[in-house]
Amino acid sequence: MDQFTLNLIFVGLTFALYIGIAIWARAGTTSEFYAAGQGVNPVLNGMATGADWMSAASFISMAGIIALAPTGGYTQSAYLMGWTGGYVLLALLLAPYLRKFGKFTVPEFIGDRFYSGGARLLAVICLIVISVTYVIGQMRGVGVTFSRFLEVSTDTGLYIGAAIVFAYAVFGGMKGITYTQVAQYVVLIIAYTIPAIFISLQLTGNFLPQLGLIGTHEASGVAFLTKLDQVVTELGFTAYTADSPNMLNMFLFTMSLMIGTAGLPHVIIRFFTVPKVADARYSAGWALVFIALLYTVAPAVGSMARLNLTTTMWPNAVSGNALDGEAISRADIDSNPQLSWIRTWEQTGLLVMEDKNGDGFIQYYNDANPALQTIATERGWTGNEVTKVDNDIMVLANPEIAALPGWVIALVAAGALAAALSTAAGLLLAISSAISHDLIKGSINPNISEKGELLAARISMGFAIVVATYLGLNPPGFAAQVVALAFGLAAATIFPALMMGIFSTRINKEGAIAGMLLGLIFTAVYIFVYKGWFFIPGTNMLPDTAANYVFGISPLSIGAVGALVNFGAAYIVSSMTAAPPQKVQDLVESIRIPKGAGSATHH
Amino acid sequence: MADKTSSNAYWAANLRIIGISLVIWFICSFGLGIILRPALEGIRIGGADLGFWFAQNGSIYVFLVLIFVYAARMNKLDREYGVEE
Repeated sequence: MDQFTLNLIFVGLTFALYIGIAIWARAGTTSEFYAAGQGVNPVLNGMATGADWMSAASFISMAGIIALAPTGGYTQSAYLMGWTGGYVLLALLLAPYLRKFGKFTVPEFIGDRFYSGGARLLAVICLIVISVTYVIGQMRGVGVTFSRFLEVSTDTGLYIGAAIVFAYAVFGGMKGITYTQVAQYVVLIIAYTIPAIFISLQLTGNFLPQLGLIGTHEASGVAFLTKLDQVVTELGFTAYTADSPNMLNMFLFTMSLMIGTAGLPHVIIRFFTVPKVADARYSAGWALVFIALLYTVAPAVGSMARLNLTTTMWPNAVSGNALDGEAISRADIDSNPQLSWIRTWEQTGLLVMEDKNGDGFIQYYNDANPALQTIATERGWTGNEVTKVDNDIMVLANPEIAALPGWVIALVAAGALAAALSTAAGLLLAISSAISHDLIKGSINPNISEKGELLAARISMGFAIVVATYLGLNPPGFAAQVVALAFGLAAATIFPALMMGIFSTRINKEGAIAGMLLGLIFTAVYIFVYKGWFFIPGTNMLPDTAANYVFGISPLSIGAVGALVNFGAAYIVSSMTAAPPQKVQDLVESIRIPKGAGSATHH
Repeated sequence: MADKTSSNAYWAANLRIIGISLVIWFICSFGLGIILRPALEGIRIGGADLGFWFAQNGSIYVFLVLIFVYAARMNKLDREYGVEE
């Protein structure tokens, strides 16, 4: 059976499963549509949250970003700590209290707690910007995976993906999404870990990739990470375990990702779906269990892919010094069936090799390193001949690089689609509930019937899918940069507003609005100064390089500072204006006590 | 419904648990994984140094234990103060 048929079978079977679940779990009430009737077991909810959270970025991109970072793999640890540590903040600071509050959306809490339609509207705007930004990346991920593995165009892939999400998100709402996500989690985690286990066994003899990372490289007998450092530094690259060039920036980047994670609306609403406050606490823990299964494997996937890629280019590096032998020859790449993955990825343009000096060999090295320039002159090299390795191919090509069987490759394709579709569905639900519940029921037509609201929710979900598909087909050139904006805004607006709303009775309407606005403006302006106003190319006021950053803080890391601005402004303005009404102070007191959460949901 | 003093004591106990948990959260990630890494370069965990391991794997394990311990302690606290559901 050829690879294409295998891919088709795996993807087709998983899609049939998702549709089957959607039909079984149709939503009949608004409570089921927005919060799955608040009847989801915390373990299952944790699994669904894991799938919701782990997007195309986690599945496809993260290990590649770590593997290929020019400053070394260690410096990208911010993603690993940031995207998991945020769950500690969620469990401790937000989830149980928001569950006790017992409503459906994040803007609803902000509107009630700060007794202000303006605050609610501001939260809706932040939520829509964050979620739409995020969903574009998922739709692209679906398109790319389809075009690579199912040999249809990226656009056709996108239409198929959108139709599937439409089927289970519009009819099932949160209930359908939750149970589909459970299935998607299972698919994606198997797809991620099986190749990692095979590769860890090949390189280090350890069954667990987590142990392989700190284990011994069998072919050379030295520690795996030592071997990796030796191989990459010999070729002039920065050592994989090298320290961060700017500790402050790494600190703030990690912090921004953590509080950004805790402030992402589509993650927060997951904690509205469990039956009790105690379940919300455990649910965050279960979510992290399922997320950690992928995140603790990712550094092994990244570092092993980097070693495999390098030893493929320099066969002598497997057990000795890379430069003692010849680089791989173009003829070998073109004829060796083991290296057919290089040819397939060259066709996508994500991997580019160019024999610059025409010697028939492909020399892969860091041509910006003076020591390597000397060697290059001696040997007649005229520059690094691997001119492009896209971060995204590291995970998708991993099973092929390690020459694993065809069904593993098909599984990875199904896993990448599961990761992208599950996150897209969660985001679309967050967008549609903000529109139907916060905008339509909250301000435009408060007397709308339950049936009418449910219809409005479905129509806004359908509308959101159309917009997301359009943006996926015509991605704004800045799709990668806007992720910084999504996390920056979540960190600088939603997280501080929620946290202060719970932990302070004194923060009032004026303080919360001032804090959110200043946090929003500060963060957005800092990003725009380096990335261009509204990401329009050429409108940036300072070059986007480390030398120009204030204290070396990159636009990706500014969300943590924006959060501080928000906290500070909210505190100062609140202390100068009247305390919140007694009713609101009582509300804060009541959400701090778990007792009575069941009754709070019937409103 | 618990009276005012008891609910204040419950909240104070809750804040204490959160505070301790956040200190551990900070030490295992920002502390060992970033700030203290250069100072602890000599301590090895398998083939990695302590800071590298905490940054890429160890902190995540600590986060996990932390959330479950927190949830268990809070559930116990809820029962002590009679505020559980």
